[in-house]
Amino acid sequence: MSAETLEGTASPEAIRQAKEELDAHVREIVAWHFSPETGCPFWLNKAQELGWDPRSEIHSYEDLSKFPLFEDEWLRGGPLQRWMPKGLEGKPVYVFETGGTTGIPKSRINFDDFRTDYSIFADNLPDEHFPKGANWLMLGPSGPRRLRLAIEHLAQHRGGICFCIDLDPRWVVKLIKKGWMEHLEAYKEHCIDQALTVLSANHNVQCMFTTPKLLESLALKLEEKGSSIREAGIKGIFSGGTEFTPQWNRFAHEELLDGAYMTPTYGNTLMGLAASAPSGPHNDYKISYYAPQPRAVTEVVSFDDPHQKVGFGETGRVKLTTLTKEFFMPGFLERDEGEREPPFEKYPWDGVSGVRPYSKLSGGTTVGVY
Amino acid sequence: MITIPILRWGKPYDSLEKEDITHYATGEPVAKISRGNAGIIRRDIRKADQARKALRKIPIHDLVKRAAKAGELYLNGTLPLGDGSQTAEEFVKAQSSTTGMPENMCRANMQKNHFVLAEMENILEALTRGLDLEVLQRGYGEERGVTVSFQAQAPALGLVLPSNSPGVHTLWLPVIPMQVGLLLKPGSQEPWTPYRLTAAFIEAGIPPEAISVFPGPTEMGAALLETCPRSLIFGGAETIQRYAGNPRVQAHGPGFSKVLIAEDKIDNWEEYVDLLVESIYSNGGRSCINCSSIWVPRHGRAIAEAIAERLGKIEPLGPEDPEAGLAAFTNPAIAKAVSGMIDNDLTPPGVEEMTAKYHPNGRLIEEERYAHLLPTLLYSNSPEPEVCKREYMFPFSTVVECPQEEMLKRMGPTLICTAITDNPELRNALLDSTEIDRINLGPIATNRINWLQPHEGNIVDFLYRSRACQIVS
Repeated sequence: MSAETLEGTASPEAIRQAKEELDAHVREIVAWHFSPETGCPFWLNKAQELGWDPRSEIHSYEDLSKFPLFEDEWLRGGPLQRWMPKGLEGKPVYVFETGGTTGIPKSRINFDDFRTDYSIFADNLPDEHFPKGANWLMLGPSGPRRLRLAIEHLAQHRGGICFCIDLDPRWVVKLIKKGWMEHLEAYKEHCIDQALTVLSANHNVQCMFTTPKLLESLALKLEEKGSSIREAGIKGIFSGGTEFTPQWNRFAHEELLDGAYMTPTYGNTLMGLAASAPSGPHNDYKISYYAPQPRAVTEVVSFDDPHQKVGFGETGRVKLTTLTKEFFMPGFLERDEGEREPPFEKYPWDGVSGVRPYSKLSGGTTVGVY
Repeated sequence: MITIPILRWGKPYDSLEKEDITHYATGEPVAKISRGNAGIIRRDIRKADQARKALRKIPIHDLVKRAAKAGELYLNGTLPLGDGSQTAEEFVKAQSSTTGMPENMCRANMQKNHFVLAEMENILEALTRGLDLEVLQRGYGEERGVTVSFQAQAPALGLVLPSNSPGVHTLWLPVIPMQVGLLLKPGSQEPWTPYRLTAAFIEAGIPPEAISVFPGPTEMGAALLETCPRSLIFGGAETIQRYAGNPRVQAHGPGFSKVLIAEDKIDNWEEYVDLLVESIYSNGGRSCINCSSIWVPRHGRAIAEAIAERLGKIEPLGPEDPEAGLAAFTNPAIAKAVSGMIDNDLTPPGVEEMTAKYHPNGRLIEEERYAHLLPTLLYSNSPEPEVCKREYMFPFSTVVECPQEEMLKRMGPTLICTAITDNPELRNALLDSTEIDRINLGPIATNRINWLQPHEGNIVDFLYRSRACQIVS
């Protein structure tokens, strides 16, 4: 079956137009990062190492494959100033970290990207499930994480206030690695207790971000108390993570949510936030993610050749590219795999479904920790 | 191809996530099985009381009779399985095809499970030390003129089951007759026994709502252990260590079972070679009850040579061959890694591989999708090397020469110790040793289990607590 014959898939014209916009955006971003007036030291030095000028060589998205694959190790340690574009000099800077349970975490600087990404996402949330002006609960990681501030911004963007909990995911990873499962349970309970306190305090919380594990714990705790997610006032949830499988999605809808709405998302500090095409009983709760193009692009590439896309429906490794004036990340191989999805009406570019930890790496990764 | 659902208190649940269970040699799918998620267990455990309530409506003596009937159905019947059915012979073929066990071993393990179900009355009599089963039924009663009371510690028992030896299922078969429900998490390659036993129980009149079967990822096993007030898990040494001292979890792992021949019997060692070979080789050397080391004060090399001569001739045969005695490693990388570990173990002086001369091409036979390790016997002239405490999942053992007075100090944890001695002092010391679980006094092969004896903790004591009860009559 071709993409065009599927209901809700993108028209050839929409696909062509999106591709043109992407190519133009690529040229703009490359010009920005490799110009001495606006670029950052890291990429200006890299251009010298490469021995060619990306501004004259890169004309389209495909041309980005002339760069070597982006290595996330480049993000470890300081000075962070090497990542600061000269064109944004003087603006307040945030630093967001990933990992860091042991050793030096990877860092990404941010000026406004987290706000921009989450504003775009927020504008696409359905009002009937995420009422404007309602307050939010951020039941997820705190600390030096982009997600924490991004959700708060999302709530503010929709006219609400965000209530947060304290949750240190690095401690959670340590507990798992040490096998201290009782401590892990106690810590999870500690997090859920904080959430229950917020929900019981008459704060008009109707929307929530959380992770699959915490949603499950919250729903079960509420059920134990004779209540439910819905009865606690929650109307809309967005959630994410590689544990967000179709089966879990169905289980949550059938047994945890009590009619509350939930939409899956996929993202990280380096890329931003990919939204999901509608999923439910009509498509066996299949989850397909679409990156916020042209600011970020996801591809599904061959395990053997990261420059070769797999066919639609075929399995490969997820490759991310970030294209903003704050951060340029061409061709980063994510620690996940999935199936390539055809362009969708609302998102006329490639998507990815069935996202799960990359099988060859998953043995050494602790996933879904909070 | 049969599709197998999750069973949630007897009700089939078709997961959106399914996995093919494949033939170890060809990679062909044998069945498609639903994979659950941990949340399902966390929700369903809340209904465990209903399992016990359903079982308590049936008198224990009736449950015992139904268990015997289930045993017969399990051994010979055609039973429902997923969207199809399965004869006993189909069961054997399916189990062999995914676990790599020869079919004759699958049949032998069926006999073990059948025996326990058929002999349930005697087994419960032995495990309860003669308690009138009405006491469990009612919660209290009178024994020797004294009021006794036993309280169930869990409405259902959680089990995280292995793929390597279907004989271990014997351990949980008495649970249903004790009016306690079951939540079974099958091993990824061996869902066959849990499903067939469940089907047999249900056909024999056990309420379906008493049993759940949860195939799926390891997080489901963790959820079982976390939520069930009482659970059993089968795993490696790390698993045992993790749950040591946890009163909610009974962990079963490597047995490090041993045969000890003392000074007073060692000069007659030739009489025991058959026993030693059987202890190492039975059930493909995969069980915790197989002998992983033989402790002797002298004649170690001669004993090792005699055993090696017998083990060295054994070769892998096709799974249908009635003489096949070696199971395949369904993951060839594991066999290779084990072989590498044995190579490392051979480096200390005084350690020799006595079977090496029978294996000119080495002990590892690799195929595309599976591998075999040939029976391997080592000799160590002292108890110092680490290999004296090794256990692997194939016929592997070490003959350890050690002065008799040091043996108990050196042997370490031992699931089954066969002690061949008439020395009363040594027998007393062995009986007192808390490092030894089951003790065989006299020449009994370690694999010859008497089912009327408790195994690695008494399941009755684990599930029921003796407590005070005073009643105004």
